[in-house]
Amino acid sequence: MATKSKANKPVTVKDVFKNKFTPYTLLNPDGTLNGPAPDLSPEQLQAMHRVMVEARVFDERAVNLQRQGRLGTFAPLSGQEAAQVGSAFALRKTDWLFPSYREHAACALHGQPWLDILKYWGGNEDGSRVPDDVNIFPVAIPIATQIIHAVGAAWAAKIQGKDDATLVFFGDGGTSEGDFHEGLNFAGVFKTATVFLCQNNFYAISLPRESQTSSESIAQKAISYGIEGIQVDGNDVLAMYQMTKEAFDRGRAGEGPTLIEAQTYRYGPHTTADDPTRYRDSAEVDQWKERDPIERLKNYMISQSIWDDGKEEALWEDVRAQMAKVVEDYEALPERPVEEIFKYTFEEMPWHLEEQLAELKDFIAEYGNPNEGHH
Amino acid sequence: MAHKTLIQAINEALHLEMKRDERVMIMGEDVGANGGVFRATEGIYNEFGADRAVDTPLAEAGIIGSAIGMAAYGLRPVPEIQFDGFMLPAFDQLVSHAARLRWRTRGRFTCPMTVRVPYGGGIRALEHHSEAPETYYAHTPGFKVVLPSNPYDAKGLLLASIRDPDPVIYFEPKRLYRAFRQDVPEEDYEVPIGKAAVVKEGTDVTVISWGTMVRVSEEAAEKAQEEKGISVELIDLRTLWPLDIDTVIASVQKTGRCVVVHEAPRTVGLGAEIISLINEKALLHLEAPVVRVTGYDVAMPLFRMENYYMPNANRVLQGILKTVQF
Repeated sequence: MATKSKANKPVTVKDVFKNKFTPYTLLNPDGTLNGPAPDLSPEQLQAMHRVMVEARVFDERAVNLQRQGRLGTFAPLSGQEAAQVGSAFALRKTDWLFPSYREHAACALHGQPWLDILKYWGGNEDGSRVPDDVNIFPVAIPIATQIIHAVGAAWAAKIQGKDDATLVFFGDGGTSEGDFHEGLNFAGVFKTATVFLCQNNFYAISLPRESQTSSESIAQKAISYGIEGIQVDGNDVLAMYQMTKEAFDRGRAGEGPTLIEAQTYRYGPHTTADDPTRYRDSAEVDQWKERDPIERLKNYMISQSIWDDGKEEALWEDVRAQMAKVVEDYEALPERPVEEIFKYTFEEMPWHLEEQLAELKDFIAEYGNPNEGHH
Repeated sequence: MAHKTLIQAINEALHLEMKRDERVMIMGEDVGANGGVFRATEGIYNEFGADRAVDTPLAEAGIIGSAIGMAAYGLRPVPEIQFDGFMLPAFDQLVSHAARLRWRTRGRFTCPMTVRVPYGGGIRALEHHSEAPETYYAHTPGFKVVLPSNPYDAKGLLLASIRDPDPVIYFEPKRLYRAFRQDVPEEDYEVPIGKAAVVKEGTDVTVISWGTMVRVSEEAAEKAQEEKGISVELIDLRTLWPLDIDTVIASVQKTGRCVVVHEAPRTVGLGAEIISLINEKALLHLEAPVVRVTGYDVAMPLFRMENYYMPNANRVLQGILKTVQF
């Protein structure tokens, strides 16, 4: 009998990563640490906490507005605050953020006014016009398309000798699109400083994560592009911050991109047009609520004696007033002139659009405004 | 005969055809257990099981590409693309392969599939959820493009589409999904592909339309009659390509005037092709230039301003008056 040789045993790729990934966690649900605390000041922790609370309250207000017919279809984020805030907190001001359609918390943190976010969901294109010093791409509704844009922007920074990085959000469903593959592959080849942030909330509308891909984890997909891949507890804002920060540090140092799989959960529907009771049971939702990201950070801050119940109560009250004002401002917005639908098609309006605009104005003068009462 | 909505008629056609022909299967995002985001496939998963009502991963090129392979192999897939705006990742598969498989293989392989796509604006939907992309597919050699405007036609056209030997893009006007009910027979029947419907006969002007705009044009035709005494002949194209040229030309020869109404942008829209055909085949019958009432050449606005974009009955009426008063 020949001597056993390891070299003779075929290694099948499928088995290499079996049971290799577990979500990295720093902060336990009760607020205790199980690893080194990230280098964040009390003020920074409080700032993270505040944005998470803002996002939660904004979400409630937006869903209510939609139910009352005062907003369009809306994609709520409740439950996913830590995945967004932890990662976006690692952005520098000059870094670029590429959201899908659920990243209201990340966008607000990176400088998009809450009113603008509400405007977009209220059917007002002005909401996508971010302030001049804010680097956030508009909401990308076509799934996974934004992934490649983030690669391009980071690549451009590299070409220009800058160390700006990009952060792009997508969901577990988005990993099935071809654009996911193309984006990660380009980033691997050109070593761009891109963080691919997959918020795996375990459902793509109704499709459970295990039916989306046979990969045991989403993080392991990184291996096929020769890039870093990490699985993180997405309801742990500290772990999310730390892992994203390290990924940016590597990216800025020229070591290439990172795929982060943030395991999280949306408490609500995919959008207000969706009924999640058709595909998941309430016990599962309740289980995730026990791991609530906001509670977790609050408990940690209390344990560090930098927060207390009184401050928590005052914060929620303050944020509710803040969001009430946002809603008030949103509802007070004037109707926009009809030119708005023609502007921005080109830098200068060509003859055919001039003609069509004039035609519509004549029509309105003769027959009345077709948009009247359409809010 | 029961009163049914357009979406119920679609659902019924799918049930019927899957019962009749075991090669027929549906596939797409959320079409199985969830019954589709509009509930068009409600109950099919329970009746026919996961192999014939397939919840696919989120990948439109994957859906259409695999449906091409399935169709060539001998199945009759009815893939759903969840919204009009999401056809684009599958555009390469559709245009480069589905449409020309018969042509490339000299008939050895064919692609008998029906791609169901919720279509058009007017439901206060999100960005990329209100598109009118029929031109791309009518323009591509090899596709039949179908767009019903009522529950009866929706059922009969879907049955005809699934049985058609060539790939069919079957657009469904979202705004009409639950807008009204109509008598729809329980039994099997087909509305033939390639045959328009004369919704209303008239003598002064022909109005040609499809989908949601047929309902809008009907309202305009009534106004024209009541307010101006103009008799409108209204044609519902039903099949956008290959369109029913005989019905169109016969009507224009009779009335001498024509208005084409569509919600897609104007430039290189299907209206342009219809006007070319009329010029080629009936120029000397025309009393006035053919008028287009269409969406504008801009991206579909977000819902708050979509009513500026979507043609309404008054805009169609204005178009009718323009051609009559030429």
